[in-house]
Amino acid sequence: MQDEPSPEELIKAVADFLRDEIAPQISGHHAFKLRVSINALDLVARQLRLEQGSDAAETTRLVQILGIEASLGELNRRLAERIATGELDLQTPGLAEHLWQTTMEKLAVDQPNYASYKRELGERGG
Amino acid sequence: MEALLGGCVTSWCPGATGITNAVRLSGGASQETWSFDIVHRDGNIGAILRRAPQGYGAAPSRAAGLSVEANLMQLAHDAGLPSPRVMHVLRPQDGLGTGFIMERVEGETIPRKILRDQQFANARPKLARQLGKVLAGIHGLPPARLPELRRMTAAKEIAELERDYRSFEWPRPVFELALRWLREREPGPPAEVTLVHGDFRHGNLIIGPEGVRAVLDWELAHLGDPMEDLGWISVNSWRFGEIDKPVGGFGSRDELFAGYESGGRRVDPDRVMFWEVMGTLRWGVMCCGMMQRFRIGPEHSIERAMIGRRSSETEIDLLRLLAPRQPKSLKPGK
Repeated sequence: MQDEPSPEELIKAVADFLRDEIAPQISGHHAFKLRVSINALDLVARQLRLEQGSDAAETTRLVQILGIEASLGELNRRLAERIATGELDLQTPGLAEHLWQTTMEKLAVDQPNYASYKRELGERGG
Repeated sequence: MEALLGGCVTSWCPGATGITNAVRLSGGASQETWSFDIVHRDGNIGAILRRAPQGYGAAPSRAAGLSVEANLMQLAHDAGLPSPRVMHVLRPQDGLGTGFIMERVEGETIPRKILRDQQFANARPKLARQLGKVLAGIHGLPPARLPELRRMTAAKEIAELERDYRSFEWPRPVFELALRWLREREPGPPAEVTLVHGDFRHGNLIIGPEGVRAVLDWELAHLGDPMEDLGWISVNSWRFGEIDKPVGGFGSRDELFAGYESGGRRVDPDRVMFWEVMGTLRWGVMCCGMMQRFRIGPEHSIERAMIGRRSSETEIDLLRLLAPRQPKSLKPGK
Protein backbone atom coordinates (compact mmCIF):
# COMPACT_ATOMS: atom_id res chain seq x y z
CA MET A 1 0.00 0.00 0.00
CA GLN A 2 1.31 3.44 -0.93
CA ASP A 3 1.47 6.13 1.68
CA GLU A 4 -0.43 9.39 2.09
CA PRO A 5 -0.96 12.02 0.73
CA SER A 6 -2.96 10.53 -2.13
CA PRO A 7 -2.28 11.36 -5.79
CA GLU A 8 -5.47 13.44 -5.80
CA GLU A 9 -4.30 15.51 -2.83
CA LEU A 10 -0.86 16.04 -4.37
CA ILE A 11 -2.24 17.14 -7.72
CA LYS A 12 -4.69 19.51 -6.05
CA ALA A 13 -1.86 21.06 -4.06
CA VAL A 14 0.22 21.59 -7.21
CA ALA A 15 -2.76 23.04 -9.11
CA ASP A 16 -3.54 25.43 -6.24
CA PHE A 17 0.08 26.58 -6.06
CA LEU A 18 0.19 27.27 -9.81
CA ARG A 19 -3.21 29.00 -9.77
CA ASP A 20 -2.70 31.17 -6.68
CA GLU A 21 1.01 31.98 -6.76
CA ILE A 22 2.42 31.49 -10.26
CA ALA A 23 -0.43 32.47 -12.59
CA PRO A 24 -0.61 36.10 -11.36
CA GLN A 25 3.08 36.55 -12.30
CA ILE A 26 2.78 35.25 -15.88
CA SER A 27 1.38 37.01 -18.95
CA GLY A 28 0.81 36.46 -22.67
CA HIS A 29 0.88 33.08 -24.37
CA HIS A 30 2.50 31.40 -21.37
CA ALA A 31 -0.35 32.59 -19.17
CA PHE A 32 -2.78 30.91 -21.57
CA LYS A 33 -0.76 27.68 -21.57
CA LEU A 34 -0.51 27.76 -17.80
CA ARG A 35 -4.29 28.11 -17.52
CA VAL A 36 -4.76 25.12 -19.82
CA SER A 37 -2.23 23.18 -17.74
CA ILE A 38 -4.03 23.98 -14.49
CA ASN A 39 -7.30 22.87 -16.14
CA ALA A 40 -5.61 19.59 -17.04
CA LEU A 41 -4.49 19.03 -13.42
CA ASP A 42 -8.01 19.80 -12.18
CA LEU A 43 -9.37 17.27 -14.68
CA VAL A 44 -6.96 14.60 -13.45
CA ALA A 45 -7.98 15.28 -9.85
CA ARG A 46 -11.66 14.86 -10.76
CA GLN A 47 -10.93 11.64 -12.66
CA LEU A 48 -8.99 10.20 -9.70
CA ARG A 49 -11.95 10.97 -7.45
CA LEU A 50 -14.77 9.77 -9.72
CA GLU A 51 -13.45 7.16 -12.13
CA GLN A 52 -13.60 4.06 -9.95
CA GLY A 53 -17.25 4.56 -9.02
CA SER A 54 -18.41 5.51 -12.51
CA ASP A 55 -16.49 2.66 -14.18
CA ALA A 56 -18.07 0.13 -11.83
CA ALA A 57 -21.59 1.46 -12.44
CA GLU A 58 -20.99 1.59 -16.22
CA THR A 59 -19.74 -2.01 -16.24
CA THR A 60 -22.82 -3.20 -14.34
CA ARG A 61 -25.15 -1.47 -16.81
CA LEU A 62 -23.28 -2.84 -19.84
CA VAL A 63 -23.29 -6.40 -18.52
CA GLN A 64 -27.05 -6.06 -18.12
CA ILE A 65 -27.63 -4.62 -21.61
CA LEU A 66 -25.23 -6.88 -23.51
CA GLY A 67 -25.66 -10.06 -21.47
CA ILE A 68 -21.91 -10.79 -21.44
CA GLU A 69 -19.09 -10.39 -18.92
CA ALA A 70 -15.92 -8.64 -20.11
CA SER A 71 -13.61 -5.73 -19.36
CA LEU A 72 -15.11 -2.24 -19.59
CA GLY A 73 -13.15 -1.51 -22.77
CA GLU A 74 -14.34 -4.73 -24.42
CA LEU A 75 -17.94 -4.09 -23.30
CA ASN A 76 -17.84 -0.64 -24.88
CA ARG A 77 -16.41 -2.07 -28.11
CA ARG A 78 -19.26 -4.59 -28.23
CA LEU A 79 -21.87 -1.91 -27.51
CA ALA A 80 -20.46 0.31 -30.27
CA GLU A 81 -20.56 -2.62 -32.74
CA ARG A 82 -24.13 -3.54 -31.88
CA ILE A 83 -25.32 0.05 -32.28
CA ALA A 84 -23.47 0.25 -35.62
CA THR A 85 -25.22 -2.87 -36.92
CA GLY A 86 -28.61 -1.64 -35.68
CA GLU A 87 -28.98 -4.60 -33.33
CA LEU A 88 -29.38 -2.12 -30.45
CA ASP A 89 -31.02 1.31 -30.72
CA LEU A 90 -32.82 3.92 -28.65
CA GLN A 91 -35.83 1.59 -28.36
CA THR A 92 -33.69 -1.02 -26.58
CA PRO A 93 -34.71 -0.99 -22.89
CA GLY A 94 -32.10 0.77 -20.79
CA LEU A 95 -29.89 1.90 -23.69
CA ALA A 96 -30.83 5.58 -23.80
CA GLU A 97 -30.56 5.83 -20.01
CA HIS A 98 -27.18 4.07 -20.09
CA LEU A 99 -25.79 6.45 -22.72
CA TRP A 100 -27.09 9.44 -20.76
CA GLN A 101 -25.57 8.26 -17.48
CA THR A 102 -22.24 7.38 -19.07
CA THR A 103 -22.07 10.73 -20.86
CA MET A 104 -22.97 12.62 -17.67
CA GLU A 105 -20.20 10.75 -15.85
CA LYS A 106 -17.71 11.76 -18.57
CA LEU A 107 -18.74 15.41 -18.41
CA ALA A 108 -18.42 15.39 -14.61
CA VAL A 109 -14.71 14.74 -15.22
CA ASP A 110 -14.06 16.51 -18.54
CA GLN A 111 -16.08 19.75 -18.37
CA PRO A 112 -18.35 20.14 -15.33
CA ASN A 113 -18.89 23.79 -16.33
CA TYR A 114 -20.23 22.94 -19.80
CA ALA A 115 -23.63 24.62 -20.08
CA SER A 116 -25.46 21.58 -21.55
CA TYR A 117 -24.20 19.46 -18.67
CA LYS A 118 -25.26 21.95 -16.01
CA ARG A 119 -28.69 22.20 -17.65
CA GLU A 120 -29.16 18.41 -17.69
CA LEU A 121 -27.92 18.13 -14.12
CA GLY A 122 -30.54 20.69 -13.06
CA GLU A 123 -33.35 18.94 -14.91
CA ARG A 124 -32.45 15.65 -13.28
CA GLY A 125 -33.17 17.28 -9.97
CA GLY A 126 -29.45 17.45 -9.07
CA MET B 1 10.40 38.34 -43.78
CA GLU B 2 10.07 42.16 -43.61
CA ALA B 3 12.52 42.55 -46.53
CA LEU B 4 10.77 39.99 -48.74
CA LEU B 5 7.34 41.35 -47.95
CA GLY B 6 8.52 44.95 -48.47
CA GLY B 7 9.99 44.08 -51.87
CA CYS B 8 6.80 42.30 -52.85
CA VAL B 9 4.51 45.18 -51.79
CA THR B 10 6.48 47.95 -53.51
CA SER B 11 6.35 45.95 -56.78
CA TRP B 12 2.56 46.22 -57.10
CA CYS B 13 1.37 48.98 -54.73
CA PRO B 14 2.08 52.45 -56.19
CA GLY B 15 3.20 54.88 -53.49
CA ALA B 16 4.27 52.11 -51.10
CA THR B 17 7.80 52.39 -49.74
CA GLY B 18 7.97 49.25 -47.59
CA ILE B 19 6.25 47.47 -44.72
CA THR B 20 6.34 47.60 -40.92
CA ASN B 21 4.86 45.91 -37.84
CA ALA B 22 4.94 42.39 -39.31
CA VAL B 23 3.55 39.97 -36.70
CA ARG B 24 2.77 36.32 -37.19
CA LEU B 25 -0.79 35.69 -36.00
CA SER B 26 -1.12 31.95 -36.33
CA GLY B 27 0.44 29.01 -37.99
CA GLY B 28 -0.92 25.60 -38.81
CA ALA B 29 0.79 22.60 -40.33
CA SER B 30 0.45 24.01 -43.83
CA GLN B 31 -0.35 27.73 -43.54
CA GLU B 32 0.69 30.96 -41.86
CA THR B 33 -1.15 34.22 -41.28
CA TRP B 34 0.78 37.50 -40.86
CA SER B 35 -0.45 40.99 -40.03
CA PHE B 36 1.57 44.00 -41.24
CA ASP B 37 1.27 47.62 -42.33
CA ILE B 38 2.11 48.85 -45.80
CA VAL B 39 4.10 52.09 -45.41
CA HIS B 40 2.49 54.44 -47.91
CA ARG B 41 3.04 58.13 -48.64
CA ASP B 42 -0.72 58.74 -48.08
CA GLY B 43 -0.70 56.89 -44.74
CA ASN B 44 -0.16 53.29 -43.65
CA ILE B 45 -2.48 50.54 -44.93
CA GLY B 46 -3.31 47.55 -42.69
CA ALA B 47 -2.81 44.24 -44.46
CA ILE B 48 -2.90 40.47 -43.88
CA LEU B 49 -0.77 37.82 -45.57
CA ARG B 50 -2.06 34.25 -45.82
CA ARG B 51 0.56 31.93 -47.22
CA ALA B 52 1.92 28.43 -47.47
CA PRO B 53 5.70 28.84 -47.37
CA GLN B 54 7.82 26.81 -49.77
CA GLY B 55 8.65 23.40 -48.44
CA TYR B 56 5.67 23.18 -46.13
CA GLY B 57 3.68 19.96 -46.12
CA ALA B 58 0.75 19.68 -48.49
CA ALA B 59 -2.51 21.19 -47.31
CA PRO B 60 -5.05 18.71 -45.91
CA SER B 61 -7.16 17.14 -48.62
CA ARG B 62 -10.30 19.01 -47.51
CA ALA B 63 -8.65 22.41 -48.01
CA ALA B 64 -9.63 24.35 -51.10
CA GLY B 65 -6.17 25.93 -51.47
CA LEU B 66 -5.08 29.52 -51.00
CA SER B 67 -5.59 30.66 -54.60
CA VAL B 68 -9.18 29.39 -54.47
CA GLU B 69 -9.65 31.18 -51.15
CA ALA B 70 -8.41 34.44 -52.65
CA ASN B 71 -10.69 33.97 -55.63
CA LEU B 72 -13.77 33.37 -53.45
CA MET B 73 -13.03 36.31 -51.14
CA GLN B 74 -12.70 38.60 -54.13
CA LEU B 75 -15.97 37.30 -55.63
CA ALA B 76 -17.73 37.86 -52.30
CA HIS B 77 -16.24 41.34 -52.01
CA ASP B 78 -17.34 42.24 -55.54
CA ALA B 79 -20.86 40.99 -54.78
CA GLY B 80 -21.09 43.46 -51.88
CA LEU B 81 -20.73 40.83 -49.16
CA PRO B 82 -18.65 41.59 -46.03
CA SER B 83 -15.33 40.26 -47.24
CA PRO B 84 -11.85 41.81 -47.22
CA ARG B 85 -10.52 43.12 -50.54
CA VAL B 86 -7.79 40.92 -51.98
CA MET B 87 -4.83 43.17 -52.83
CA HIS B 88 -2.35 40.72 -54.34
CA VAL B 89 -2.01 37.04 -55.17
CA LEU B 90 1.57 35.85 -54.58
CA ARG B 91 3.71 35.10 -57.66
CA PRO B 92 6.84 32.91 -57.78
CA GLN B 93 9.07 35.99 -58.10
CA ASP B 94 7.77 37.29 -54.73
CA GLY B 95 9.70 34.46 -53.02
CA LEU B 96 7.02 34.10 -50.33
CA GLY B 97 5.51 30.76 -51.31
CA THR B 98 1.88 30.58 -52.38
CA GLY B 99 -0.93 32.69 -50.94
CA PHE B 100 -2.32 36.19 -51.04
CA ILE B 101 -2.39 39.61 -49.35
CA MET B 102 -5.68 41.20 -48.33
CA GLU B 103 -6.78 44.35 -46.56
CA ARG B 104 -6.94 44.03 -42.75
CA VAL B 105 -10.44 44.49 -41.35
CA GLU B 106 -10.44 45.73 -37.74
CA GLY B 107 -12.86 44.14 -35.29
CA GLU B 108 -13.37 41.22 -32.92
CA THR B 109 -13.35 37.46 -33.57
CA ILE B 110 -13.13 36.16 -29.98
CA PRO B 111 -16.52 34.61 -29.12
CA ARG B 112 -16.57 35.42 -25.42
CA LYS B 113 -15.95 39.09 -26.11
CA ILE B 114 -18.59 39.23 -28.85
CA LEU B 115 -21.11 37.54 -26.54
CA ARG B 116 -20.33 39.47 -23.34
CA ASP B 117 -18.69 42.86 -24.00
CA GLN B 118 -20.78 46.01 -23.73
CA GLN B 119 -19.46 47.39 -27.04
CA PHE B 120 -21.26 44.60 -28.94
CA ALA B 121 -24.55 44.94 -27.03
CA ASN B 122 -26.26 46.62 -29.99
CA ALA B 123 -24.80 44.20 -32.53
CA ARG B 124 -25.82 40.96 -30.79
CA PRO B 125 -29.60 41.15 -31.38
CA LYS B 126 -28.98 41.87 -35.08
CA LEU B 127 -26.29 39.32 -35.84
CA ALA B 128 -28.36 36.18 -36.55
CA ARG B 129 -30.48 38.01 -39.11
CA GLN B 130 -27.45 39.71 -40.67
CA LEU B 131 -25.56 36.45 -40.94
CA GLY B 132 -28.60 34.75 -42.52
CA LYS B 133 -28.60 37.39 -45.20
CA VAL B 134 -24.84 37.09 -45.72
CA LEU B 135 -25.22 33.32 -46.16
CA ALA B 136 -27.96 33.86 -48.74
CA GLY B 137 -25.51 36.12 -50.59
CA ILE B 138 -22.72 33.51 -50.45
CA HIS B 139 -25.06 30.76 -51.66
CA GLY B 140 -26.26 33.05 -54.44
CA LEU B 141 -22.81 33.72 -55.94
CA PRO B 142 -23.04 32.85 -59.65
CA PRO B 143 -21.90 29.22 -60.16
CA ALA B 144 -20.33 30.04 -63.52
CA ARG B 145 -17.83 32.39 -61.86
CA LEU B 146 -16.76 30.02 -59.07
CA PRO B 147 -13.31 28.39 -59.15
CA GLU B 148 -13.07 24.61 -59.24
CA LEU B 149 -14.22 23.20 -55.89
CA ARG B 150 -14.77 19.74 -54.48
CA ARG B 151 -18.37 18.57 -54.55
CA MET B 152 -19.57 17.30 -51.18
CA THR B 153 -22.73 15.39 -50.39
CA ALA B 154 -24.27 14.37 -47.09
CA ALA B 155 -23.47 10.73 -47.87
CA LYS B 156 -19.80 11.54 -48.54
CA GLU B 157 -19.58 13.62 -45.37
CA ILE B 158 -21.02 10.77 -43.28
CA ALA B 159 -18.54 8.33 -44.86
CA GLU B 160 -15.58 10.65 -44.14
CA LEU B 161 -16.62 11.19 -40.52
CA GLU B 162 -17.07 7.45 -40.06
CA ARG B 163 -13.66 6.69 -41.59
CA ASP B 164 -11.95 9.28 -39.33
CA TYR B 165 -13.79 8.05 -36.24
CA ARG B 166 -12.94 4.39 -36.94
CA SER B 167 -9.26 5.29 -37.47
CA PHE B 168 -9.06 6.38 -33.80
CA GLU B 169 -9.91 2.82 -32.64
CA TRP B 170 -11.68 4.06 -29.53
CA PRO B 171 -15.31 2.99 -29.05
CA ARG B 172 -17.85 5.80 -28.75
CA PRO B 173 -21.39 4.41 -28.57
CA VAL B 174 -22.90 7.92 -28.86
CA PHE B 175 -21.00 8.58 -32.09
CA GLU B 176 -22.23 5.23 -33.42
CA LEU B 177 -25.78 6.27 -32.62
CA ALA B 178 -25.27 9.58 -34.42
CA LEU B 179 -23.75 7.90 -37.50
CA ARG B 180 -26.71 5.53 -37.65
CA TRP B 181 -29.18 8.44 -37.22
CA LEU B 182 -27.49 10.38 -40.00
CA ARG B 183 -27.41 7.44 -42.42
CA GLU B 184 -31.09 6.70 -41.84
CA ARG B 185 -32.08 10.32 -42.47
CA GLU B 186 -29.62 11.17 -45.24
CA PRO B 187 -31.78 13.59 -47.25
CA GLY B 188 -30.41 13.04 -50.76
CA PRO B 189 -29.37 15.81 -53.13
CA PRO B 190 -30.52 19.33 -52.28
CA ALA B 191 -32.96 21.29 -54.48
CA GLU B 192 -29.98 23.34 -55.61
CA VAL B 193 -26.24 22.76 -55.26
CA THR B 194 -24.45 26.00 -54.29
CA LEU B 195 -21.18 27.33 -52.95
CA VAL B 196 -20.93 26.36 -49.26
CA HIS B 197 -18.54 28.35 -47.04
CA GLY B 198 -17.89 25.26 -44.93
CA ASP B 199 -16.69 26.94 -41.71
CA PHE B 200 -19.16 29.77 -41.10
CA ARG B 201 -18.98 30.31 -37.33
CA HIS B 202 -17.35 32.27 -34.48
CA GLY B 203 -13.65 32.79 -35.06
CA ASN B 204 -14.11 33.22 -38.79
CA LEU B 205 -16.40 36.26 -38.53
CA ILE B 206 -15.08 39.75 -37.76
CA ILE B 207 -17.65 41.63 -35.70
CA GLY B 208 -17.81 45.35 -34.96
CA PRO B 209 -20.14 47.32 -32.69
CA GLU B 210 -22.54 47.71 -35.64
CA GLY B 211 -22.51 44.04 -36.70
CA VAL B 212 -20.68 41.70 -39.08
CA ARG B 213 -17.73 43.25 -40.93
CA ALA B 214 -16.06 40.35 -42.67
CA VAL B 215 -16.30 36.63 -43.34
CA LEU B 216 -12.89 34.93 -43.22
CA ASP B 217 -11.30 31.56 -43.78
CA TRP B 218 -12.76 30.02 -46.91
CA GLU B 219 -10.37 27.09 -46.58
CA LEU B 220 -13.19 24.53 -46.37
CA ALA B 221 -15.36 26.01 -49.14
CA HIS B 222 -16.98 23.46 -51.45
CA LEU B 223 -20.06 22.82 -53.56
CA GLY B 224 -22.94 21.20 -51.75
CA ASP B 225 -26.16 21.62 -49.80
CA PRO B 226 -26.51 25.29 -48.77
CA MET B 227 -28.35 24.20 -45.60
CA GLU B 228 -24.99 22.85 -44.33
CA ASP B 229 -23.81 26.39 -43.47
CA LEU B 230 -27.03 27.14 -41.55
CA GLY B 231 -26.70 23.90 -39.58
CA TRP B 232 -22.99 24.42 -38.78
CA ILE B 233 -23.48 27.87 -37.28
CA SER B 234 -26.22 26.40 -35.05
CA VAL B 235 -23.98 23.73 -33.50
CA ASN B 236 -24.02 24.04 -29.71
CA SER B 237 -20.20 24.10 -29.51
CA TRP B 238 -20.29 27.65 -30.98
CA ARG B 239 -22.78 29.01 -28.42
CA PHE B 240 -20.14 29.39 -25.72
CA GLY B 241 -22.53 28.83 -22.84
CA GLU B 242 -25.51 30.72 -24.30
CA ILE B 243 -27.25 27.46 -25.11
CA ASP B 244 -30.73 28.93 -25.53
CA LYS B 245 -29.56 31.10 -28.42
CA PRO B 246 -28.81 28.47 -31.04
CA VAL B 247 -27.16 30.74 -33.58
CA GLY B 248 -23.67 31.45 -32.24
CA GLY B 249 -25.02 32.17 -28.75
CA PHE B 250 -26.50 35.47 -29.95
CA GLY B 251 -29.67 34.67 -31.90
CA SER B 252 -32.55 32.37 -32.76
CA ARG B 253 -33.05 30.05 -35.70
CA ASP B 254 -36.10 32.14 -36.68
CA GLU B 255 -33.92 35.24 -37.00
CA LEU B 256 -31.27 33.38 -39.00
CA PHE B 257 -33.95 31.91 -41.30
CA ALA B 258 -35.74 35.27 -41.72
CA GLY B 259 -32.45 36.94 -42.69
CA TYR B 260 -31.71 34.13 -45.13
CA GLU B 261 -35.14 34.37 -46.77
CA SER B 262 -34.85 38.18 -46.97
CA GLY B 263 -31.85 37.45 -49.19
CA GLY B 264 -34.19 35.73 -51.64
CA ARG B 265 -33.49 32.10 -50.75
CA ARG B 266 -35.57 29.35 -49.12
CA VAL B 267 -34.76 27.56 -45.85
CA ASP B 268 -35.39 23.84 -45.37
CA PRO B 269 -35.50 23.51 -41.55
CA ASP B 270 -35.34 19.69 -41.59
CA ARG B 271 -32.15 19.79 -43.62
CA VAL B 272 -30.71 22.46 -41.31
CA MET B 273 -31.40 20.16 -38.34
CA PHE B 274 -29.78 17.24 -40.18
CA TRP B 275 -26.64 19.34 -40.74
CA GLU B 276 -26.65 20.53 -37.12
CA VAL B 277 -26.41 16.90 -35.99
CA MET B 278 -23.73 16.26 -38.63
CA GLY B 279 -21.84 19.37 -37.49
CA THR B 280 -21.99 18.35 -33.83
CA LEU B 281 -20.55 14.93 -34.70
CA ARG B 282 -18.00 16.58 -37.00
CA TRP B 283 -16.67 18.79 -34.18
CA GLY B 284 -16.58 15.73 -31.91
CA VAL B 285 -14.52 13.80 -34.45
CA MET B 286 -12.24 16.83 -34.88
CA CYS B 287 -11.67 16.90 -31.08
CA CYS B 288 -10.64 13.23 -31.22
CA GLY B 289 -8.31 14.11 -34.10
CA MET B 290 -6.63 16.72 -31.86
CA MET B 291 -6.02 13.98 -29.30
CA GLN B 292 -4.33 11.88 -32.02
CA ARG B 293 -2.14 14.78 -33.09
CA PHE B 294 -1.19 15.40 -29.46
CA ARG B 295 -0.11 11.79 -29.15
CA ILE B 296 1.86 11.45 -32.38
CA GLY B 297 2.93 15.06 -32.98
CA PRO B 298 6.34 16.32 -31.86
CA GLU B 299 4.96 19.44 -30.07
CA HIS B 300 3.30 17.48 -27.24
CA SER B 301 0.74 20.29 -27.03
CA ILE B 302 -1.26 20.42 -23.80
CA GLU B 303 -3.96 22.47 -25.62
CA ARG B 304 -4.50 19.70 -28.16
CA ALA B 305 -4.59 17.11 -25.40
CA MET B 306 -7.29 19.07 -23.58
CA ILE B 307 -9.32 19.62 -26.77
CA GLY B 308 -9.37 15.83 -27.02
CA ARG B 309 -11.22 15.81 -23.71
CA ARG B 310 -13.90 18.06 -25.21
CA SER B 311 -15.32 15.35 -27.46
CA SER B 312 -17.61 14.36 -24.58
CA GLU B 313 -19.22 17.82 -24.90
CA THR B 314 -20.42 16.84 -28.35
CA GLU B 315 -21.70 13.54 -26.98
CA ILE B 316 -24.03 15.28 -24.53
CA ASP B 317 -25.12 17.66 -27.30
CA LEU B 318 -25.82 14.72 -29.63
CA LEU B 319 -27.90 13.06 -26.91
CA ARG B 320 -29.81 16.32 -26.37
CA LEU B 321 -30.59 16.31 -30.10
CA LEU B 322 -31.25 12.60 -30.67
CA ALA B 323 -32.53 11.28 -27.32
CA PRO B 324 -33.83 14.31 -25.38
CA ARG B 325 -34.97 13.55 -21.85
CA GLN B 326 -38.29 14.79 -20.54
CA PRO B 327 -37.78 17.63 -18.09
CA LYS B 328 -38.52 16.32 -14.62
CA SER B 329 -41.59 18.49 -14.17
CA LEU B 330 -43.25 16.94 -17.24
CA LYS B 331 -42.86 13.35 -16.10
CA PRO B 332 -46.09 11.64 -15.05
CA GLY B 333 -46.53 11.02 -11.33
CA LYS B 334 -43.81 12.26 -9.01
